[in-house]
Amino acid sequence: MAEPAQHLGGRSATAAPAAIELTGISKAFGPVQANKDIDLRVERGTIHGIIGENGAGKSTLMSILYGFYKPDSGTIEVNGQPLSITDSMTAIRAGIGMVFQHFKLVQNFTVLENIILGAEDGRLLRPALAKARGVLRRLAEEYQLNVDPDERIEELSVGHQQRVEILKALYRQADILILDEPTGVLTPAEADHLFRILEGLKAEGKTIILITHKLREIMEITDNVSVMRRGEMVASVRTAETSPEELAELMVGRKVLLNVEKGPASPGAPVLEVRGLKMVDDEGVERLRGIDFDIRAGEILGIAGVSGNGQTQLLELLGGYPEKGSTVSGTIHMNGEPLDVTGTRSDARTRRKRGIGHVPEDRQTEGLIMDFTAWENIAFGYHDKPEYQRGWLMDNDAIRRDAQKYMEDFDCRPRNCHLAARNFSGGNQQKLVVAREIERNPDLLLIGQPTRGVDIGAIEFIHKRIVELRDAGKAILLVSVELDEILSLSDRIAVMFDGRIMGERLPSETTTGELGLLMAGITDTDRHDPAEGIPPEHQYVETTPEERV
Amino acid sequence: MDKMPKWADVILTPLISVLLAFAISALVILAIGENPWMALKTMVTGALGSSYGWGFTLYYATNFIFTGLAVMVAYHASLFNIGGEGQAAMGGLGVALVLLYLPLPHWLIALPVAMIGAAAFGAAWAFIPAWLQAKRGSHIVITTIMFNFIAAALLNYVLVNLLRPVGSMDPASARFPDATHLPKITDLAATFGMTWGEHTPVNVTFFIAVLACFLTWLLIWRTRLGYEIRVLGRSEPGALYAGISPVKITVLAMLISGGFAGLMAINNVMGESERLVLNAVEGAGFIGIAVALMGRNHPFGVFLAALLFGFLYQGGGELALWTSIPRELIIVIQALVILFTGALDNMVRMPLERMFLSMRKRGDA
Repeated sequence: MAEPAQHLGGRSATAAPAAIELTGISKAFGPVQANKDIDLRVERGTIHGIIGENGAGKSTLMSILYGFYKPDSGTIEVNGQPLSITDSMTAIRAGIGMVFQHFKLVQNFTVLENIILGAEDGRLLRPALAKARGVLRRLAEEYQLNVDPDERIEELSVGHQQRVEILKALYRQADILILDEPTGVLTPAEADHLFRILEGLKAEGKTIILITHKLREIMEITDNVSVMRRGEMVASVRTAETSPEELAELMVGRKVLLNVEKGPASPGAPVLEVRGLKMVDDEGVERLRGIDFDIRAGEILGIAGVSGNGQTQLLELLGGYPEKGSTVSGTIHMNGEPLDVTGTRSDARTRRKRGIGHVPEDRQTEGLIMDFTAWENIAFGYHDKPEYQRGWLMDNDAIRRDAQKYMEDFDCRPRNCHLAARNFSGGNQQKLVVAREIERNPDLLLIGQPTRGVDIGAIEFIHKRIVELRDAGKAILLVSVELDEILSLSDRIAVMFDGRIMGERLPSETTTGELGLLMAGITDTDRHDPAEGIPPEHQYVETTPEERV
Repeated sequence: MDKMPKWADVILTPLISVLLAFAISALVILAIGENPWMALKTMVTGALGSSYGWGFTLYYATNFIFTGLAVMVAYHASLFNIGGEGQAAMGGLGVALVLLYLPLPHWLIALPVAMIGAAAFGAAWAFIPAWLQAKRGSHIVITTIMFNFIAAALLNYVLVNLLRPVGSMDPASARFPDATHLPKITDLAATFGMTWGEHTPVNVTFFIAVLACFLTWLLIWRTRLGYEIRVLGRSEPGALYAGISPVKITVLAMLISGGFAGLMAINNVMGESERLVLNAVEGAGFIGIAVALMGRNHPFGVFLAALLFGFLYQGGGELALWTSIPRELIIVIQALVILFTGALDNMVRMPLERMFLSMRKRGDA
């Protein structure tokens, strides 16, 4: 079990004031205690990680620091000065900058215009733009933060957009930079570049707070780490003195199996054969440019890729609901029989009847009806099954019996099938969806982002169930932007980039570096030595399977 | 966890809203120099104080139940059917055609046939906006409003040029055959030797309306179609994921909705006027929106809200008859009720939620 909050040694001995010192911060939203009596000390010139599961209160704490919320109690000191942060302007003046998970950029403004937005210093834009251009040039040299100042935001890659957010903060003379889940949208190479930028900033004496749920990032880049669980700060330790296993245990409150236990696959006959699958959306953009792959019985095919490269379209198309107004071509065979790809029987209902289960990427708008009760959601997509009908009416008792059973099998809590789906936590919502699809025993399970927004305990459980389904001889198509998840679960990995499959690899014979290159659309690499001859910005720190968490 | 108990959500909130609306109405009545207490007394005795009053109140309520159910069913599919007025008017045309041109020897035979006519015409009138919405994305609010005007103009034409008996100056159809007249409740009471609600228009349609409430409840919460309607209403991507066709469900929900609106004609055209007159619906289609809103889109709520609006209609008539309060004031009161129960719902709900939350907190501590 987790010990009571451990504190960094030598805290009282430090002479210099901390960059940030929070004491006794509490914040409640109605009956939910989001932050409970939080103490946090962030030393100047360090990278401080804050880790915790979804809903642990990390974002609330940072929003308090940035002036979005007012704490119910507690004090904030910045650089030794007590400060009441009532709005974000106060925070900015105190030298705090924030890079949000979802960027706050005006898409059709240029980089320069975005940077001066809110800091125009006067009625005319020209002087501010000129000043910003100079500052930008200096920052670019100092920190390798290269972005074309005259490019429009919508033309930039996600990684570059993030740099603009960092530049925005630095332009406002931020000394303390808070980054909220910064790597969620980046390729491994982009993430690596970001980390080098952060290290550069640290070398210049800036303080960085990194909020993340990825243990590897914490281990890789932070000096100190604080762990939050259910609104409380359960530990603050030096990163060098801890391990991923210990952090995971502190986050969840019990021992967690970080690596999926999985025997070798014994693939059988092909279940799904996809040939030349193309899709053009209603704006004429080619989203899938000829996809070919097979999945065999008893095998997990993982599709890696940065989100937005056609994975969503592929899953929706296989699930029977390609985007409205799109045109589709190609063939799909299921157990040797052709599937209707474009006609009237290409809908999701027919796909389910053919034995295709689907855990969609977006569980809140597709996978669940949030206002429906858990039992209504257990019938979702399967509501026309004969065993759920009683004459003209639906046999709600039969559905509730199934719901109760599935919720027990998947340890869904609270075990009350009359609660609305929105009242369950992210992990338990996902368990509801996974239970519904797996319990129907599909021949093929499509599963998109199975653990997005899901707590570690539930991740462990869901991974175990996916492997069990594979061992029962079913075919599984796993789409995930989490490379670690792909590497630990898949028997075979296909990497998607720009609507194409760039290549297939075996997890035992590849590295995150190689996959990262494929995800960026680079194929001409030596499979066995990916680091050789690769431009430095594409290099990626290698991790051994033990480190992957 | 739900924020407050169900009874507070379903009963207490609308009740407080109605009381607030009445309180402000009282101030308005005071402001024009009348006595609000007397006004309330006149309304209550006029609408609820005698079987005569009840006869009218229930008659109006029957209309509002049908149009309320119409709005409610569409609403569950997230479709805002503003076209109850036009669909009810077309239902009247369906009733008139069936009763005038089919030889129907007895009301027991005429009733089901007329119901089919009413529902079919109402549904047909809802079908075009539904199809345009489902296939072309034309917004149903806009199209159903337009179809109200088209229905009014069409009925005008049909009544003046086609259905008007030769020699009549009145833009109305001929009277329906005597055999098809629906029994009034007062007639039913008489067969049991009771006198109840003499000279009031309430008729057997009221029982059909009550039955319709129950069937709607079954439809929405107990059938597959109802499940699919509710799924579509909550999330269209979800419907696609589950293999539910938004086009099919949009059209079906609107057909049912239009059918209910059309059925109102059984009450006002077949049961009361016994011929088709111009502007027979008299705004009941719009009242249906308020009824569904206030009834929180549940058939039982619709039933209660329809009774309230029936009371307001009848009470308002009495007010105009017996006091010097102008008839228009009753529209003000109705508007206030709609404003408070519909638009300002959260104004009452949020403080209540906070109250229940703090009560629960104290209970937990």
